[in-house]
Amino acid sequence: MKKKLLAILLTTAMVCSLTACGGDSAGSTADTGSNTAADTNAAAPADTNAAAPADNAADTNAAAPADNAGGSGSLTGTLNLGVIGPLTGPAALYGNAVDNGAAIAVEEINALSSDFKIELNSQDDEHDAEKSVNAYNNLKDWGAQAIVGCVTTTPCVAVSSEAYSDRMFMLTPSASATSVTEGKDNMFQLCFSDPNQGSASATYISENNLAEKVAVIYNNSDAYSTGIYQTFQAEADSIGLDVVSVTTFTDDTANDFSVQLTEAQNAEADLIFLPIYYTPASLIMQQAASMNYAPTMFGVDGMDGILSLEGFDTSLAEGVMLLTPFSADAKDDATVSFVSKYQAKAGEIPSQFAADAYDCAYAIYAALSYYADNNGGYNVDGVDYTELCEILISVFSDSNFSVDGITGAGMTWTANGEVNKAPRAVVIENGEYVGL
Amino acid sequence: MKKISKSARSSFINYGIVLIFFLFFQIMLSTGKLSNSLSGQLIPICTYVIMALALNLVVGISGELSLGHAGFMSVGAFSGVVVATALKDVITVSPIRLILAIVIGAVLAAVAGTIIGIPVLRLQGDYLAIVTLAFGEIIKNVLNCLYIGADSKGLHFSMKDGNSLNMETGGTVIINGPQGALGIQKISTFAAAIILVLIVLFIIQNLVNSRAGRAIKAIRDNRIAAESCGLNIMKYKMMAFVLSAAIAGAAGALYALNYSTVVPKKFDFNTSILVLVFVVLGGIGNLRGSMIAAAILTVLPELLRQFQDYRMLVYAIVLILVMIITNNSKAKDLLGRVGAKIFKKSAVQKG
Amino acid sequence: MLNYLINGISLGSVYAIIALGYTMVYGIAKMLNFAHGDVIMVGGYVAFCTTSYLGWPVIPAVLLSIFVCMVLGIVIERLAYKPLRAATSLAVLITAIGVSYFLQNVALLIWTSNPKVFPNMVTLPSLVIGDLQISSVALVTIIACIIIMIVLTLFTNKTKMGKAMRAVSEDKDAAQLMGINVNATISLTFAIGSGLAAIAGVLLCSAYPTLMPTTGSMPGIKAFTAAVFGGIGSIPGAMLGGILLGIIEIFGKAYISTQLSDAIVFSVLIIILLVKPTGLLGKKVNEKV
Repeated sequence: MKKKLLAILLTTAMVCSLTACGGDSAGSTADTGSNTAADTNAAAPADTNAAAPADNAADTNAAAPADNAGGSGSLTGTLNLGVIGPLTGPAALYGNAVDNGAAIAVEEINALSSDFKIELNSQDDEHDAEKSVNAYNNLKDWGAQAIVGCVTTTPCVAVSSEAYSDRMFMLTPSASATSVTEGKDNMFQLCFSDPNQGSASATYISENNLAEKVAVIYNNSDAYSTGIYQTFQAEADSIGLDVVSVTTFTDDTANDFSVQLTEAQNAEADLIFLPIYYTPASLIMQQAASMNYAPTMFGVDGMDGILSLEGFDTSLAEGVMLLTPFSADAKDDATVSFVSKYQAKAGEIPSQFAADAYDCAYAIYAALSYYADNNGGYNVDGVDYTELCEILISVFSDSNFSVDGITGAGMTWTANGEVNKAPRAVVIENGEYVGL
Repeated sequence: MKKISKSARSSFINYGIVLIFFLFFQIMLSTGKLSNSLSGQLIPICTYVIMALALNLVVGISGELSLGHAGFMSVGAFSGVVVATALKDVITVSPIRLILAIVIGAVLAAVAGTIIGIPVLRLQGDYLAIVTLAFGEIIKNVLNCLYIGADSKGLHFSMKDGNSLNMETGGTVIINGPQGALGIQKISTFAAAIILVLIVLFIIQNLVNSRAGRAIKAIRDNRIAAESCGLNIMKYKMMAFVLSAAIAGAAGALYALNYSTVVPKKFDFNTSILVLVFVVLGGIGNLRGSMIAAAILTVLPELLRQFQDYRMLVYAIVLILVMIITNNSKAKDLLGRVGAKIFKKSAVQKG
Repeated sequence: MLNYLINGISLGSVYAIIALGYTMVYGIAKMLNFAHGDVIMVGGYVAFCTTSYLGWPVIPAVLLSIFVCMVLGIVIERLAYKPLRAATSLAVLITAIGVSYFLQNVALLIWTSNPKVFPNMVTLPSLVIGDLQISSVALVTIIACIIIMIVLTLFTNKTKMGKAMRAVSEDKDAAQLMGINVNATISLTFAIGSGLAAIAGVLLCSAYPTLMPTTGSMPGIKAFTAAVFGGIGSIPGAMLGGILLGIIEIFGKAYISTQLSDAIVFSVLIIILLVKPTGLLGKKVNEKV
């Protein structure tokens, strides 16, 4: 009997504490949000309308034309913006980068004007479809009006179809598979899609005669990596690029690449295409160096970040080529300002994930401002997310709408959600990215 | 009037709990009182409840530690998805497709369970545990390289990549290796999930209270004594194991058809462990306990969202503390005394 | 071919050192310590911080890392496992998993999710014999593994403490009656196991130099497999199991399929266990009726 009593007691205690938690959560997040807003206000005096800092103005050509300060076309109210990404677990690195990048953009936007604010709420999805849908529902309860996310592909496919039937607008900074946007008009990408990257890489390698024989090492437990590989292979076949060795690894075996490298070496490949993230890529470079095997390494946007990897011997990455929309070493004002803010906030060099997220927040801001301009002002307060979704879809698919961000100038979107921006090939020389 | 036996009463209480759970949430749903967060979790909760019941059959009733149950879930999930997607144009009534998907998912998982069970159940204790873990990893690894597509000629299979499926144009790739199944039509419903929970509960409770169930428990409690009584050890162990695999497969199909995508990586060792945690926390062999534990622990990480970065840390601490408190006699006594004091106080205040 | 063999032995040696920790703890406490893999990760981070941030030389950094892990091992045992000594093995297993989540998330908070590239601790030139090239890390790993096995075998067989350990693993109550301090012996086992984990962490990260909060979990599971492979509870068994596992993994990748290498490893494990149900060198325990 005593045991039963104890069990009941424990359960009730647990449930009580849980319900208490549940009740609080909405309140507390809202608090943090308004705090940040207040902080930035204090930091930036009220006259920011008149004189927006130069670097911000550069980012938001379409967004904040000087003549609309206080005019009839102004954007007002507070937008509830949700972010979904893996903040814990093995993919936490990407989620945290996105979270920080978006937060910096939001702080800047909030400092621009006292009429329009963005409140940011980031939820963890642990890189899991189920948790991601939970995070999405949590954000809906909080009152999110649009979503920046999801960061990784698989969760994004799951959430975007929920959002599609709910009519919630989503803009992903980094989920690059075509299945993310396919058949969903509410879903837009700010990063290149996988087919773009795969075929662009194959074309680039063949047009510039970078290699006679190409080897590929990709992560076959990862949707991103497999997606790029498949389109790379298809394009390589059609343009006659000689792919001599294709080997794979999985997340569970991503530590020893001796076998894959030996195979590439035996096939006499003079270029290895690595459609993978930079962490395993750094291991491949190290192990190739210890084997005295020095082919050209060619990466995609996931390779970006390799130079800021803590403790990595950057001389190993010498001569690595990659297609990336963003490099933290660019010398333009917007990038320099973003990088310094990011370093102050997170203590590290931002990756392209952070930069894409930064642009995402600005793109949504730009889209709303664009709409406000053309419709004699717009107040986002209390607007239902379904209404906002239609507005944002119409603006993003509008061919006159473009955004200049740190990951590309004059970004436009197609109606099926893919972004148009120029991929930039860079090569690593003397420990720095140099544009080609 | 015949007196109802204790076990039958306990069974009916379990059905009652499930029905009350269903009615409560259904009313909340239809009146719009339920938060999005909770309503989105109803089907996952049911899935994990079913998984916990399935695993309890093996761990609790049959007494074998399995660390690879997510593997069976995964077999059920992917076969269910293939069935549901391939028959999209043939059977347009989605509940019938859902039933078919679940049944076929369960059957294929049972086949996997049989193949695995025959060698595995000859082992004992931790060796059995590690082999089930190994099988779970093998299933995940193989599914990671499996490509299935459908066109007008039927299903195509490949272990290499999506391009080598040789499909005619217009065919759809249903399972795309590590990218998993994409574009699944969501046909799972809360009502269907609850019905499945009830069916599973019915099957397990009837098994446990039957002759076979007593045999299984006898083998668990004393294998040698049971064997000397002439019980066919292998037969009864297989019965529990295969049934459990089939139920896990059904849960997998239900789960997969609730999301628009599902990947092999989802059903890894961690998911097996997650379900094991439900079973242990709910009480080994205690069906009601595992149901409640599965429901609470599925919702718990969501309720901890306010802790943000500390969320999983808090979850870990709660897990450790609960294990210590429920399993350590000193901690139990202490809590019991504190509990008694509080009760006394409130009684005094009332008086 | 020979290169693959050397790579396999080197990878296997790391598994073997981790597996030794599993096996020792299992032998004494009869529990599967799933948090063991995460102790490896902590060991790696400690060594990383002392060398990269504080600029310590290699030897003191490794010693500190061993010390920290030993203390951590004792603390974990005292706080989480000791209260559960009378509980079912499943309850302990779940607690160990809780500890594993705990360590991973603490590491995530302290060191963030950004991977760190581990500095190469072994800065010797690699050995070249004809076509064969053996990296110094592989060499050091293999040698360390052999030394550890010899020392451990001597320790458990020749010293008083080692004998106490074996006595406790045979029969806790009887050992207590003989005047052996069971608690201290168990703590010592955890300390040794965790110290080994620290060494394994340094070696693992030197060979495959990325360090993340989840670095330890997969090697942990593989090493656990290795321990069972060789017969859990047996020190030479863990050694043999680890090395065989490493070789099978590399050869599977090289000659069969890189995609299915894990499936191959686990299939071999299953086949071995079916032929020898208690692992390669495991003892056959007769059931008491």
